[in-house]
Amino acid sequence: MDDVELAVRPGERRALIGPNGAGKTTLFNLVAGALPVTAGRIELFGRDVTRMPSHRRAALGLTRTFQISNLFASLSVLDNCRLAVQALTAAKFAMHRPLARDAVLRARAEETLAAVGLADRAAATVRNLSHGEQRQLEIGLALAGRPRLLLLDEPTAGLSPAESAAMARLLGRLDPAITVLIIEHDMDIALEVARHVTVLHYGRVIADGTRDAVRADPTVREIYLGA
Amino acid sequence: MIGVGALVAAAAVAPTLPSYPLTLLTQVAIMAILAMSLDILLGYTGLPSLGHAAYFGTAAYAVGILATERQAGFLTCLVAGVLLATAAAALFGLVAIRATGTYFLMITLALGMVVWGLAFRWVSLTKGDNGIAGVPRPDLALPWSLAAPLPFFYFALVAAALAWAALGTLARSPFGLTLQGIRESETRMRALGYDVWLHKYLAFVISGGFAGFAGVLWAWYNGFVSPVDVQLVTSVETLLMVALGGPGTLAGPALGAAVIVFLKNFVSVYTKRWLLILGAVYIGVILFAPRGVLGALRAPRR
Repeated sequence: MDDVELAVRPGERRALIGPNGAGKTTLFNLVAGALPVTAGRIELFGRDVTRMPSHRRAALGLTRTFQISNLFASLSVLDNCRLAVQALTAAKFAMHRPLARDAVLRARAEETLAAVGLADRAAATVRNLSHGEQRQLEIGLALAGRPRLLLLDEPTAGLSPAESAAMARLLGRLDPAITVLIIEHDMDIALEVARHVTVLHYGRVIADGTRDAVRADPTVREIYLGA
Repeated sequence: MIGVGALVAAAAVAPTLPSYPLTLLTQVAIMAILAMSLDILLGYTGLPSLGHAAYFGTAAYAVGILATERQAGFLTCLVAGVLLATAAAALFGLVAIRATGTYFLMITLALGMVVWGLAFRWVSLTKGDNGIAGVPRPDLALPWSLAAPLPFFYFALVAAALAWAALGTLARSPFGLTLQGIRESETRMRALGYDVWLHKYLAFVISGGFAGFAGVLWAWYNGFVSPVDVQLVTSVETLLMVALGGPGTLAGPALGAAVIVFLKNFVSVYTKRWLLILGAVYIGVILFAPRGVLGALRAPRR
């Protein structure tokens, strides 16, 4: 990343686009704390988090999804969700009582599954889910912790057009209070979710503005939209 | 259910057995605790420790030294053994948990060798290669003396049942699920807000504590503590018990402990090349039952 400056307001929906290798996922990894920052500064909800480890950023209300589904493959869908729900509660340290008896945890996990359309797959093992269902669960895990800032890394990666449309509807139903930053190759999806677009190219921001302004930008048209 | 059945069956047949099979069953009960403790790391958290004998041996030495030189009783030996093993795990964990995969394996191996080296060389404390002989079994003020094989077998069996219940509770708790999540994907766990290091560390320390519990029982059972108890082969055998029985279950490692103990004792009657057989068994498991005997017996999940 080189000299990238990005400010996202609370409640904003921002799309991050750019050709392969532009640094979109790298930027996510820096913001989420998965990669160390060598120069510069990251602020989250008004706090400097540049050196903060990822799990503490998550505790502040930041969650992310992964471009390649990053799930707990040999656990059930419900247990995947339970892990996401209990992540930010003290209950995760409980060693003496059975998980299965925690009704609140179960209810919240099931609520999350219903929100992403996986209610009837709760008992299935994740590795047996279809690719589309895994992408839905990917979003579910991110939503389960009730984030304030959600980083979506290509939620429609590998989905069929019909599945992509369903995903777009799912993303359209997100709580408007959640700030969303979305990386998306499919321009239709990106522009459906976000009104504001930032274009990255070789680690630099080359355009930033409303979708219409970005669409009209000559540099963007040249290197990205190819028109 | 199968586990409870095995416990009841073992308890029921024990009085009819001659003393040799009975001592083997006692060994199985103790080694089952050690294997289950390792499985918390290997099967649940996905951390392949190759130095588990260190915590087992630390506790065994603590009991050996306290019981022979200070005539320490049941509770002192038990508490000191488990605490020392836990402390050793807490110390080594600081070093080992930073590494993952093969590197974790190498570091735990190296730390295990450190303990072995201490047992071997710190002669004034450990009596070195001679070992500590004549470790007395504790007096529990029961009508039956633990010096006899049958009461001691029941004692070990109850201990194994307690350890199994405790580790089973842990495995089914929210914390147990957290460990499985770490096994499946550390990056996702971090993104969700888990301090992965902390949870691994806790698992490492708890696992070391239970290995120490097994070590305490072993010192009483054997009446003799020597560098053999902390050597690499003991760690390898433990790892094999877990891999053979089925990592990620608790009944699996217990089953693996039974297979290894019986195999070792029967095979060594015929050949000194026990390690060769052990290696062959290991290769067989990896090739034909990568999820262990219990994993292979259960209906395939795919």
